Amino acid sequence: MDLNISNMPTTDQTLDEIISLAAAHFKVAREKLSPDADFFKTLGIDSLQTLDLLTRLENHFHVELPDYELQGVSDFRTLASRIQARL
Amino acid sequence: MNPSATSTREREALSWSVKDGVIELALHREPCNEIGSVALESLEAFISELPDLQRNSHALIIHSEMKAGFCAGADLRELYKRSQAMEKTAAISGVRNFLERIHRVLNQIDAAPLTTIAAVHGVTFGGGFELALACDLIIADKMARFCFPELRLGLIPGFGGIPRLKRDLGNAVVRDLLLTGRSFNATKAQQIGLVSQVVGEGEALRAARATATQLGKFDRATAIAAKQFIKPIPYEELRREIDIFCELFTKPAVESGLRKFVESTDAQPYLP
Repeated sequence: MDLNISNMPTTDQTLDEIISLAAAHFKVAREKLSPDADFFKTLGIDSLQTLDLLTRLENHFHVELPDYELQGVSDFRTLASRIQARL
Repeated sequence: MNPSATSTREREALSWSVKDGVIELALHREPCNEIGSVALESLEAFISELPDLQRNSHALIIHSEMKAGFCAGADLRELYKRSQAMEKTAAISGVRNFLERIHRVLNQIDAAPLTTIAAVHGVTFGGGFELALACDLIIADKMARFCFPELRLGLIPGFGGIPRLKRDLGNAVVRDLLLTGRSFNATKAQQIGLVSQVVGEGEALRAARATATQLGKFDRATAIAAKQFIKPIPYEELRREIDIFCELFTKPAVESGLRKFVESTDAQPYLP
């Protein structure tokens, strides 16, 4: 049976999309955003902007991310794994 | 009064104007329309004029001019500061008085004989969410985010949120939103039946105005009859909510929850 899972992005693709989205929205050079760096510091965002980013990511990936699942998450790689788990 | 005339009234936390039978109430208190004593007084001033305004109007739109969102809820810093400055009994009495007053305002918006629309964007949390729930329709910008964070403070929503949410949604959904305290976006809000329209960024007010124009085409007495038939006000549960809130307010968890919020170094500590 063909499960047709070929359209499912890989975690690396998801990570790449998250970084691109964050760079474009918060107007930060993409090369400054490392997958493992603390994005609160590199993006310079507060909790309100974090909520904004969360909503943009949910809208972009068409997923629902309960905010308590993101507690303590501060790097793009972990964020990508949380989103990937809901795709 | 000429129904097409525009007039604007200004208060510290909000302003309102009327044009072509549509009342627009604009919230404009920094940082995100927190509801404390100033906002409450402004809302009461609006409500006192509403009987006159609604004579020649068929719709009311409530929206925010603040970039951060529609309304971040109760002014927790003021609540903490005032409760710290008073004896426990006086503090509880003050909280009950505040709740009675905000309930009077929201009950009047809820029951107003015209169609009410909340045009929301960004943060629509706690008391802000409760203000939107008092309206007949919620039109949301796709960046709107809703939340009942009160359990994080050892409290329940106190501005009528639970009875109004129960009126509109299934109990399982209400439990999820209330007991997890999680925030959710406009798409989810529409999926669960809370939001009637989701629109692009910055488009909520425009969509609300278009909807209000459509509402004006119908016979007003029929619209009022329909609203009264399908939207009962859960007065008994609203009263009970105030009692439960005041009971919980005496618990030590509330003081520590409020202190944690107030002492946060973040300007707007919305996340748990």
